[in-house]
Amino acid sequence: MGGDFLAILPLIVVAGWASLLLLADLFVPVGRKGITGLLASLGLLAALGLTIAQFGAQRQAFGGMLLVDGYAAFLDVLFLFAGLFAITLAHDYLRRMGLERGEYYALLLFVISGMMMMAHAGDLIMLFIGLETLSIPLYVMAGLARPKPESEESALKYFLLGAFASSFEVYGIALVFGATSTTRLAGIVAAAQASSADSLLLVLGAVLILVSLSFKVAVVPFHMWTPDVYQGAPTPVTAFMSVGAKAGGFAGLLRVFLLAFPVLAASWAPAVLWVAVLTMVWGNVAAIVQSNIKRLLAYSSIAHAGYILMALPAAADPRVSPMAVSAALFYLFAYAITNLGAWGVVVALESADGKGLQVDDYAGLGTRHPWLAAAMALFMLSLTGVPPSVGFVAKFYLFSTVLDSGLIGLALVGVLTSLISAAFYLRVVVVMYMRTGEPQVRREGWLHATVGLMAAATLALGLLPTPLYELAARAGLLTLTR
Amino acid sequence: MDLLFATLNLVTFFPLVGVLVILLIPRGAKNALRWTALLASLATFGFSLAMLGQFEASNPALQLVVRAPWIRLAGWTIEYHLGVDGLSILLVLLTTLLMPIGILSTWSAVEERVKEFMVFFLLLEVGMVGVFLALDLFLFYIFWEFTLVPMYFLIGIWGGTRRMYAAVKFFLYTMAGSILMLLAIVWLGLDQGTFSVPALLQGSIPAGTQIWLFLAFAAAFAIKVPMWPLHSWLPDAHVEAPTAGSVILAGVLLKMGTYGFLRFNLPLFPVAAVKLAPWMALLAVIGILYGAAVSYAQRDVKKLVAYSSVSHLGFVMLGLFALNPLGIQGGILQMVNHGLSTGALFLIVGMIYERRHTRDVDAFGGLWKVMPVYAALTLIVTLSSMGLPGLNGFVGEFTILLGAFGSKAIGSPWFAGLSALGVILAAIYMLYMFQKMFLGPLDKDENQKLKDLNAREIVTLVPLLVFIFWIGVYPKPFFDLMTPAVEHLVTALQTAALAVH
Repeated sequence: MGGDFLAILPLIVVAGWASLLLLADLFVPVGRKGITGLLASLGLLAALGLTIAQFGAQRQAFGGMLLVDGYAAFLDVLFLFAGLFAITLAHDYLRRMGLERGEYYALLLFVISGMMMMAHAGDLIMLFIGLETLSIPLYVMAGLARPKPESEESALKYFLLGAFASSFEVYGIALVFGATSTTRLAGIVAAAQASSADSLLLVLGAVLILVSLSFKVAVVPFHMWTPDVYQGAPTPVTAFMSVGAKAGGFAGLLRVFLLAFPVLAASWAPAVLWVAVLTMVWGNVAAIVQSNIKRLLAYSSIAHAGYILMALPAAADPRVSPMAVSAALFYLFAYAITNLGAWGVVVALESADGKGLQVDDYAGLGTRHPWLAAAMALFMLSLTGVPPSVGFVAKFYLFSTVLDSGLIGLALVGVLTSLISAAFYLRVVVVMYMRTGEPQVRREGWLHATVGLMAAATLALGLLPTPLYELAARAGLLTLTR
Repeated sequence: MDLLFATLNLVTFFPLVGVLVILLIPRGAKNALRWTALLASLATFGFSLAMLGQFEASNPALQLVVRAPWIRLAGWTIEYHLGVDGLSILLVLLTTLLMPIGILSTWSAVEERVKEFMVFFLLLEVGMVGVFLALDLFLFYIFWEFTLVPMYFLIGIWGGTRRMYAAVKFFLYTMAGSILMLLAIVWLGLDQGTFSVPALLQGSIPAGTQIWLFLAFAAAFAIKVPMWPLHSWLPDAHVEAPTAGSVILAGVLLKMGTYGFLRFNLPLFPVAAVKLAPWMALLAVIGILYGAAVSYAQRDVKKLVAYSSVSHLGFVMLGLFALNPLGIQGGILQMVNHGLSTGALFLIVGMIYERRHTRDVDAFGGLWKVMPVYAALTLIVTLSSMGLPGLNGFVGEFTILLGAFGSKAIGSPWFAGLSALGVILAAIYMLYMFQKMFLGPLDKDENQKLKDLNAREIVTLVPLLVFIFWIGVYPKPFFDLMTPAVEHLVTALQTAALAVH
């Protein structure tokens, strides 16, 4: 039992630290909430250290409720990393917008603990608890800018649709339990293989769970909430949602579908394939007409969810499966780096009265703030998938696994939609460099350091991706399969 | 250290040193920025001459190879692998020669954001030289796509009135082709387990898949060349690009397409190349005639030169797909020729545009009287472009036509016969342009006070003219550089042709 606690120590640290932070924040004077942020980052750093120290462990904890493996460890690193930068992005933003509240940091840590639970889940109940721990604080964070109507709308929309999605999940779990009389992932596999399960119920349950997680990762046709929520939420929250919450959703999705339902692959793989196709096409096409940068990046995040989802039908081929998982993990990380940087630039240009969020407000950035513009151009190229950037390597890796599993048509859709995406990512670059204007940019140390770091990482991992690849590959191979 | 300072590394990456220095220079010091860029590009040219010195012309193999493992990804070891042979050496030299000339041409033409201009220009050189030297498909693709980015900015920031449209069109059009090539590259890597070009040449790709791979690669290259009917991005990009951008675009970027056919499509997919040769030749001939006819109809001199590129590159493609030594040698030489003559033509158009801010042929007339030096140099370049014997264009086109007439792969002398018409048409539209601009009465007031070329402008043109005459009179050294490699390539193609028939 003691070993179990030790094995999931990072998760315990994050959740425990979040609770302590709520208390500690009471003693932090108003106007100096940066201290809470600092404390929160210390907690995240501690958890990050523990996760890295434990990397490579492969075991079950609490009788299979939680799995500790390379897959979860890789995702933990990603979540903690995204959390750290959600703090650096928010530090000055919250003060500037008059939103400086300590809750931001505590809630953030709760969300991260929920995401970690999803990555570690060995049981559908755990998955559900993780999903709720992830979602509920995030609803609050989306509404942090109250009484701004956009923020309230964002929180309400997110809450309603999120609750809706959760109910799908519960119902799906119930059906799966009805079919197999277990919620343990390994038990579901065993029941399905022994064909003692009621297959209709099992498929229905799996579909409902797929639907609910599809809401979380925002794939078509379950994406409707994304643009409004992303637009209304405070920008650092949006940044974290688009990177962290999405990764959390994928953590659960990949885990459940590859671990519990591989025997049903013939039923869900074609459906997921079409969802991926629709998502890539619609996300990229709808992004073309957006004039608000937050909405543009929202549709871009939908499109990228479609790319990541390509890994799932590819992984249905057992030969390619570990590679597809690690390609998805690599993609998630690459997307996180690039997207956090891009959102950082958005934060830098946003002003307290809500101005600076139109793509046209970026006019003249190339001459006024050449470094910031260069970073943004790099992020846009990386999101498009142009070398030498980490986005290119991620797409290359992902497309190669998709081709390897024989899904040539899917890969073709992937590259063609990347071409469509170039149209709107380039528009940002066109406006920055080829129009004149006087963009207002905040000079905030943490913010610019974050953007700079992400730009450096985008370029460096584009030229030398091997270390990240090896981690992702190890994580893919170290995924517990029962 | 030997690896780091290998000649080919210096040729490829030395411009980055210039970029770093430029980043440290304040943006107000425009002349310092220009000189830094010029010196960096001249040094790169120097390194490329050193490469020429170390190159053994009689050896058909890849030389001066730099090879190191670079990335491990998805089970592949991707290599950093550069090398030069007879197919690429002239194109590398052409690139490094045109770069300092391009920079000189911006001396007074680019006054705004000089710092960024020079940064993008030098980055472009890294990409272009890398494309010609890369021997790993992954590395090649990175260089290939990377060239898009600086060129996109060069057109989009320093271009003409419709620059944004042209820049985005250029980017999207070219990317459309290259992503198909990317899929083919991945497929090839999965199938053969390597991206290394020499290793892929050892392996054998089934004839059935060769056609598909050929077409996917051809999509990228044919857009870049551009082959009819994929040429429609070219006039926009050329007309809107700043002069130096047009010089490099016509001089080098288009050659990346023809080089791609030469380096990848012919040797990697020989069976498909043999089978598709008549079709490629057909497209080439249509391009030659179409480009020439459309050129004749242009009032804008820059557009005329742009469309003439479609025609001239049709000749290159015809030569390459003759699949015999004469055709391919002529094709390679014609790539160089086109870079020299069309580069010079764009410089010439840029010079008059700087003075008059128009490029409409009707706005000129009788310029010979006020600008004799300019007129004389233009005449030489015009004659070179239309293929007058004694100048470079003739040698290239003549060799290509000889190759195409005798080509078994194309299978019919008609292709060559029709494309010979293109030479005549070229004479018509080039001379028509020359006559409209330089001859006749000097009847426009604005033209009365035009200044003739200054020393800097003459210096930008003279190196090109030297080569125009040199290749025209004594092309042997140039052919000698490529002959062994071309013969090596043709042997492989003939084996494939035997298998097909």
